[in-house]
Amino acid sequence: MSMRIRAKEQNGLVTVQSLIRHPMETGLRKDKDGNTIPEHWIQEVVVESAGKQVFAAALNTSVSKDPFLSFAFAGKKGDTLKMSWKDSAGETDSTEVTVS
Amino acid sequence: MAWAAYSEHAFKARAAQDALENLYGANATTPSDQVKLIVPPIAENGARVDVEVETDLKADSIAILIEKNPAPLAVSVDLPEGTQAKFKTRCRMGETTNVTAVVQSGGKLYTATKEVKVTIGGCGG
Repeated sequence: MSMRIRAKEQNGLVTVQSLIRHPMETGLRKDKDGNTIPEHWIQEVVVESAGKQVFAAALNTSVSKDPFLSFAFAGKKGDTLKMSWKDSAGETDSTEVTVS
Repeated sequence: MAWAAYSEHAFKARAAQDALENLYGANATTPSDQVKLIVPPIAENGARVDVEVETDLKADSIAILIEKNPAPLAVSVDLPEGTQAKFKTRCRMGETTNVTAVVQSGGKLYTATKEVKVTIGGCGG
């Protein structure tokens, strides 16, 4: 599992584009033997920058595989940005980048 | 890391009205041309359809509902002070469906709805 995050500042606004690698299984798919693939999806994404929460999202299985999220907040170059997620199996991951 | 309580009831709800009630404690909505919903009119592949929501309203939260999906609420976003009321993601759509953007502003829910025609569904396959 990994994350790709781009955070770019322009005129005091940091625009974030992120892609999280995750299967986002709906629980509706079957494997080739006809067995249902259990649901497994990212439920929450939280983003902190410069010590403050700037974004939080709750997701359902209707969000595509490898979730793409884009948003923007007031910030500046050089700030740290940390994106974290938690899925329905209780797994979590986080990645930190610097705003450019 | 402080996780919010995942709104299980809202996300499992089978009807859009129930999902909104569970998420926001209210389901009365007002269509508003200040809510901008950008979706393609036709999606050849329902597995990934770009959905973008933007508003000039002072928004506390944005949610996306995909009416015909088994559980319509796809995503809800909290917007802290300083975060723009503009959000983009990609969603699955099982079949041709109405998509509704919901913006919570001043305790009220404002919406914009558009239909997306789906050629190949994206929930099962």
